[in-house]
Amino acid sequence: MELLTNPLSLIVLLPGLAGLMLLAVPEHRTKAVRKLALAATLLTLLAALKLYAEFDAAGSMQFQFSLPWLPAYGINYTLGVDGISLLLIMLTALLMPAAVLASFSSIKEGQRAYYICLLFLESAMLGVFAALDLFVFYLFWEGMLIPMYFLIGIWGGPRRVYAALKFFIYTMAGSVLMLVAILWVAAAHHAQAGTWTFSMPALYGGALTAGAQFWLFAAFAFAFAVKVPLFPFHTWLPDAHVEAPTAGSVLLAGVLLKMGIYGYMRLAVPLFPAAAAVFAPWLAALGAFGVIYASLVAWSQKDLKKMVAYSSVAHLGLVMLGIMSFEPAAVSGAVLQLANHGLSTGALFLLVGILYERRHSRMIDDYGGLAKVMPYFSAVLLIVTLSSIGLPGLNGFVGEALILFGSFRVYPWLAGAALAGVVLSAVYMLGMYQQTIFGPLRHEENRLLSDLNAKEWTYLVPLLCLMLLIGLWPAPVLKMVAGPVNNYIALAQPQSTAHALELK
Amino acid sequence: MEGNYYPLLKWILLPPLAGFIANGLGGKKFLGEKAGGIIGSAAIFVSLVFAALSFSDLLNLPADHRLLRDTFYTWISAGSFFVDAAFRFDPLSAVMALIITGVSLLIHIYSTGYMKGDAGCNRYFAYLNLFVFFMLVLVLADNPLVMFVGWEGVGLCSYLLIGFWYEDPEKASAGKKAFITNRVGDAGFLLGLMLLFSLLAAAGAPAMDFASLEKNAPLLASATALGMAAPTLICLLLFFGATGKSAQFPLHVWLPDAMAGPTPVSALIHAATMVTAGVYMLARLHFLYELAPKALEVVLLTGCFTAFFAAVIALLQKDIKKVLAYSTVSQLGYMFMAAGAGAFSASVFHLATHAFFKALLFLGAGSVIHGMRGEQDMFKMGGLRNYMPHTFLLMAAGWLAISGVPGLSGFYSKDLILEKVFEHGGRWVWAAGVLTAGLTAFYTTRLVILTFLRQPRTSSSHAHESPLSMTLPMAALAVLALGGGFLLKDSLLVFLEPAAGVGAGINPHATLLMAVSTGAGLSGIAAAFLLTLPGPAAFLKLTLAPAHALAFNKFYVDEIYGLLAVRPLKFISGKLLFKLLDAGLIDGVMVNGTAQAFYKAASSLRRIQNGRLDHYALIFTLGVAVMLYWII
Repeated sequence: MELLTNPLSLIVLLPGLAGLMLLAVPEHRTKAVRKLALAATLLTLLAALKLYAEFDAAGSMQFQFSLPWLPAYGINYTLGVDGISLLLIMLTALLMPAAVLASFSSIKEGQRAYYICLLFLESAMLGVFAALDLFVFYLFWEGMLIPMYFLIGIWGGPRRVYAALKFFIYTMAGSVLMLVAILWVAAAHHAQAGTWTFSMPALYGGALTAGAQFWLFAAFAFAFAVKVPLFPFHTWLPDAHVEAPTAGSVLLAGVLLKMGIYGYMRLAVPLFPAAAAVFAPWLAALGAFGVIYASLVAWSQKDLKKMVAYSSVAHLGLVMLGIMSFEPAAVSGAVLQLANHGLSTGALFLLVGILYERRHSRMIDDYGGLAKVMPYFSAVLLIVTLSSIGLPGLNGFVGEALILFGSFRVYPWLAGAALAGVVLSAVYMLGMYQQTIFGPLRHEENRLLSDLNAKEWTYLVPLLCLMLLIGLWPAPVLKMVAGPVNNYIALAQPQSTAHALELK
Repeated sequence: MEGNYYPLLKWILLPPLAGFIANGLGGKKFLGEKAGGIIGSAAIFVSLVFAALSFSDLLNLPADHRLLRDTFYTWISAGSFFVDAAFRFDPLSAVMALIITGVSLLIHIYSTGYMKGDAGCNRYFAYLNLFVFFMLVLVLADNPLVMFVGWEGVGLCSYLLIGFWYEDPEKASAGKKAFITNRVGDAGFLLGLMLLFSLLAAAGAPAMDFASLEKNAPLLASATALGMAAPTLICLLLFFGATGKSAQFPLHVWLPDAMAGPTPVSALIHAATMVTAGVYMLARLHFLYELAPKALEVVLLTGCFTAFFAAVIALLQKDIKKVLAYSTVSQLGYMFMAAGAGAFSASVFHLATHAFFKALLFLGAGSVIHGMRGEQDMFKMGGLRNYMPHTFLLMAAGWLAISGVPGLSGFYSKDLILEKVFEHGGRWVWAAGVLTAGLTAFYTTRLVILTFLRQPRTSSSHAHESPLSMTLPMAALAVLALGGGFLLKDSLLVFLEPAAGVGAGINPHATLLMAVSTGAGLSGIAAAFLLTLPGPAAFLKLTLAPAHALAFNKFYVDEIYGLLAVRPLKFISGKLLFKLLDAGLIDGVMVNGTAQAFYKAASSLRRIQNGRLDHYALIFTLGVAVMLYWII
């Protein structure tokens, strides 16, 4: 029964168990279904908060828990969190109730199945962040795919089947390569040490030849690059976002996109440090290029969700630059930016969902002059927009500044280029804001739009508060991730430890 | 380091923030228009009182130890990068804080009259309070990062206030233009800071507070970056940020458009305070600029060119606020000329006097617009002195002050700048400065003539005088515009000297230089009276038609940007990257193309499995044959 008494294991299992319980609720009792789903996500959030309260920011892996599973192959159900994974677990637990609440009025068909999918998805996401065993990690990783596929494919927009299939195949292509690489690594360890293990720490920095590392890293890197998504592997994202229901978009942007970066930090780089050192400048360059590229593409979007999707590509490009610079400030900033992006982009999708629910359109042209009819909505959208473009005082700035200042010491040209993308973010985000919120009310239909209701305030206010809090006082997060960030850099052991400034 | 904890600093900062929250959350529903205005003004008043108290505490310290600090907490700390949420009060900050809170208070009071009856009154005071808060953060910050918080924050408020009447799409896009132009500059600012930090961190001194920077700046002296001395590059990048915020060429384009905001906003943000942030930054970082004489040359020439260029444009504008906007750009150019000549105190002196007389002129313009029910075209005014006598008299004070009439504030500061530039050795720059002084007198006089003097044109006759809530703040500013220069001319420079470094020594040609620049001002006034007469005006317009068109259309800078930057970027964004590369090549050919290829391959392979046994038998036989061949 340690499965349920270990606080970490409990968090991972709780949503999934609640999902199973939902099966017992008769399908037509939709109100009970919704309430139970909300209660489950709130309980998970509470458990995550408790975990945070008991977490020791100075320590390393905590709440470790291991259960032998397939002992013959050294496969154990091992969980544990450090500051980075805890941060992402908190983010997931925070966004889930918002996603559930936002679905209350927008999902009308097949509600029970819908909430079961959401809850299974939550368990899988939390599992990915908690797993310390490669095999278990892979199971959770693939496990995420299925509920997400259904969420897009069943409850999505008009082109949902295309988008869901594209999402599925794209990600599958990556994870199949990853599976091969995982088995290869374990087999190589077996050949060398004579024992089977899938434990991540045991496999870190294994004595693989440089050639093997190169290909294995490439396999992992591809799987994670799709997930990030790194230019040019990003085209599944806009389609998936556009077609996904609001909750799907929120979780896709808020949590799933973090897994690519998490994968690099937890697996690809520490498992194959020699190859990582070779790949790092290229990945950093792709990230920096992606910032400019995606910002420019975002500027031309007429669909709100597509624009936010491209802005995500830009933001995560910057994060990529951060983690590939192996500089403490930049990597800390990148990890913080994962949370920031989850908050601000999650909130953006929630806000777009609020508009869509009222007006059934995501086209920027269908709005205009909303400040007049929805003043509170406009104020909230402004704060979220400013958070997304990194206005100092809000959360986005702290992450961006750390990434830029830190990575400038390693890749001055790339950081300088990425800065240009930061300017562009103001261009497209404020352009969008101006066209939807300012100006005269161009469409009669918009005259009667109602402002935010109590339910919407409930899930927006915590996000807004966190944006401001992290912007003014990021110390708790930065302290929490400092240790793991240093571990990551130590494991990476890049050849370029000397931060010689190339400008000199 | 004196006083690491000085408790009053937070009380300078907090009242405007509290005012913002009260007006922002309370709004029209709970507070109402009147209470909103009172709370907004009272917040600034409290802030002013604490600034004055801190100022007197500062004066009591020995002259070379005037620094009060307060570190709130560690803001960002990761790796070697750490920044405190810390504030400082030294002579430079003190001068700025007093100007900001003082002028803001007057403009808040004025606004209670000007904005009366506007539906968004509470929103207006909320934004205005928030602006003052960020402006104070900017000038009280103890390190460049906290300064950047204020720097971007004032940009945000400027965006919100320019687009205050958001239902007019033109006003809303003027706000966006201001924010984005500023952000372009801000990128330079950040890049400069990144370079500064990385070099200092490499030298083992990553502390970013101003005191440490000043101490460690000499470490940079030998470093090079991009083939030039590192301090030069850093200073140029930072200066690029300053050109954005302070509307210097080539980033000046946003300021004239910013006049779309309510006129008190133009007076406060776009004349007296925010736009001077760049000048303040240079004075604050003077120790870096002193290491980079080449960068200072660029500052000098940029300032000189902008001053002249904007003055020429101001000569021909029809809109009363546009004249003042270009005038502001031009006067800011003077401040940068001073900084470029190394006379940072002189630039701050002009910053102060300019805050007085330009705010006064803007408020006067606002009073006129208010009296004329929103009319801004000077060619539809005229003869207003009869209908708005108080406004006329007060505005005349601002007019004479900016024109450099001896004894008034503009005279002292402009004269000092020209003197410093002359000493610095820039004879041509000095000559351009003198010429610009003449142009300044000309366009301001033209403004006064067209608005207040001669015969009324069109609708002037139903103009009415503004209420006391508007004229009294103007009167206070008029006193400062008339006497401020005389009062401050010595004391301010002495007070600033330890912080901003003032060039010492008396120039032997001082009297002669003064006579020349005064002469330029007075002849500008005379010329304006002469040339605005219908005869000469028509003659000039005819003979100088091409030059007239060029200057009237602002030298087509906006159009050039549209052609060279905005449209190509838009094309790259939409057609090239999105349609061709993203949707076409990557998604179309590579992603969906691969899928198509698999599909095609699969459907052709499917044909083999057609269910006909004879085909299967044939393939089977062929396979066996091949295998046999292989084995044998």
